[in-house]
Amino acid sequence: MDKEDKLIIGGREFHSRFILGSGKYSMKLIEAAVKDAGAQMITLAVRRANTKEQENILDFIPEGVTLLPNTSGARDAGEAVRIARLARELGCGNFVKIEIMRDAKYLLPDNQETVKATEILAKEGFVVMPYMYPDLNTARDLVNAGAAAVMPLASPIGSNKGLATREFIKILIDEIDLPIIVDAGIGRPSQACEAMEMGAAAIMANTALATAGNLPLMAQAFKKAIEAGRNAYLAGLGRILARGAAASDPLTGFLHD
Amino acid sequence: MENQFFVDSGHLSKEALIKKHELENNPDARKNHMEYLPGMEQIKSGVMEQVISQMKNYDYHKYTSKDVKAALSKETCTIEDFAALLSPAAEPYLEEMAQRAQRETGKHFGNTVYMFTPLYIANYCENYCVYCGFNCYNNIHRMKLNMEQLEHEMKVIAKSNMEEILILTGESHSMSDIEYIGEACKLAGKYFRMVGLEIYPVNTKEYRYLHECGADYITVFQETYDSDKYETLHLLGHKRVWPYRFDAQERALMGGMRGVAFSALLGLSDFRKDAFATGLHAYYLQRKYPRAEISLSCPRLRPIVNNDKINPLDVGERQLCQVICAYRIFLPFAGITVSSRESASFRDGIMKIAATKVSAGVSTGVGDHEEKYSGKEMEAQAGDEQFEISDSRSFDTMYQDIEGKGLQPVLNDYLYV
Repeated sequence: MDKEDKLIIGGREFHSRFILGSGKYSMKLIEAAVKDAGAQMITLAVRRANTKEQENILDFIPEGVTLLPNTSGARDAGEAVRIARLARELGCGNFVKIEIMRDAKYLLPDNQETVKATEILAKEGFVVMPYMYPDLNTARDLVNAGAAAVMPLASPIGSNKGLATREFIKILIDEIDLPIIVDAGIGRPSQACEAMEMGAAAIMANTALATAGNLPLMAQAFKKAIEAGRNAYLAGLGRILARGAAASDPLTGFLHD
Repeated sequence: MENQFFVDSGHLSKEALIKKHELENNPDARKNHMEYLPGMEQIKSGVMEQVISQMKNYDYHKYTSKDVKAALSKETCTIEDFAALLSPAAEPYLEEMAQRAQRETGKHFGNTVYMFTPLYIANYCENYCVYCGFNCYNNIHRMKLNMEQLEHEMKVIAKSNMEEILILTGESHSMSDIEYIGEACKLAGKYFRMVGLEIYPVNTKEYRYLHECGADYITVFQETYDSDKYETLHLLGHKRVWPYRFDAQERALMGGMRGVAFSALLGLSDFRKDAFATGLHAYYLQRKYPRAEISLSCPRLRPIVNNDKINPLDVGERQLCQVICAYRIFLPFAGITVSSRESASFRDGIMKIAATKVSAGVSTGVGDHEEKYSGKEMEAQAGDEQFEISDSRSFDTMYQDIEGKGLQPVLNDYLYV
């Protein structure tokens, strides 16, 4: 991997482009994510940190890893803002991933409320990383609201279905100047690789690792896939033949001047 | 075969006995169970009609193994598929159902199992529900904890490391009024991270008040969705009003509660129809209130003080497992609670398949946690229990047992916002 190829978010530099999502947590998962997948950023649901000593996830997070508290459980902008402030009080730093869901079944993000919360929290000095449904207008609003990155979903959270929203994420990558981090639905290393190849800045995943048969091995697979995709993107993809063959005689060969 | 529910206590006066027998034997002596009592809020919901008409038309004998196999091969479980999974034709496919259920649980909940404990704060009751230990004609020791006793109980429970509590009362509006329950919620907020309530159904504005006091989850058991059967089991009191109970979860959501739990008490009536209606009730309410966090409980009838013969009839462990798997496949996002009514071995097994929440350190009595947790003899008599539990594991034992199965015990995943 190119040592100079860094992901910069909120003024902080990351060499790893794998972010561990929250949701399904265990010590083993965090260990594998850091050791085998090289994660330097780990998401933490503030509502999971709201616990007494017995199983507090904050105690599991290794030093040197950036905590990305999320606002899961928030149903509107107001609740997300309150949870973000609580995260800061709990000592989770000033990074925050906005998650606002008005739907308990599919857990799809509410884009409008997400923009509102982003604006408030960015003004309060948070490094705001909003989880969103990949919509170009919303992404632009998020940029204007002060987001530090944009995190479109690939497919419904926990579904392991991969890049169902491929075309729309591609538009965000093409049009938005912030890092586009693909979040939710990535089920296989090959899907992570494809997103990186398209130009995504990083991948967030949880379920794909958490439910793997061999956690450390799957973590390594993700690391390699993400690096491969990134390298392919940086190298510039070669010619892709649309119809199986290229015309050997150019159509414009008759032009003389 | 039917349960023999009627037991005459020698402590009842002659007049009380006459009234009790009259209620039991003469349907005309009972109030109309479909008629609201004064003060009961009526909401125009529409959910009840949907659930009941579909339940009435549910003929589970018409499903075949072909329907069951089709249901299991589909990605999204429709209402028809759910109906097939609950049918007798699905019984030979229990293992396949369990495997599918396990995959769905894993997708939505990973390997986590939440822990909670119930706290009964009073066992006074104004209803005559023939299968319940708290019923007003049952001769049990009644008790209502005062605030000092309540705080003591909470301290004892909190010391065990429990972070989620479910506050329960008998259904007595006069002995356990809303203010009393609200104060209990406020107090619970000092010792616990999450406070749920399982109390008599109330109006929207009372749910709102309780929410403001710190409660965020409401559990109401419908007991049975067959209102004719319900009428023969709930002979007296507010609880007799079946439709008011049905709309309780919706009123709770309207009052701002985050989550609601549904349940039929399996063994009271036709369990397949009851399970079908329970699933539909949760399904339709979730569609109407997409933000609502939905969960299901799966209790079976248990013996009570003064009647140890009560049992869940045709709902064996295999049938219960079938119901729970069908719930999980139909509502993959819903929490499923399996209480200490079930044996340790059943709960251990079902946690690996579909249950996402279990109780531990359970007492269904009033004011006896210290005695049960530490063996310390009590000065005063505790209030008697609502039913006999089967799994008496303590917090620590349950925590270790969950971990020992490769699952992850979770004490809290919740913020009050």
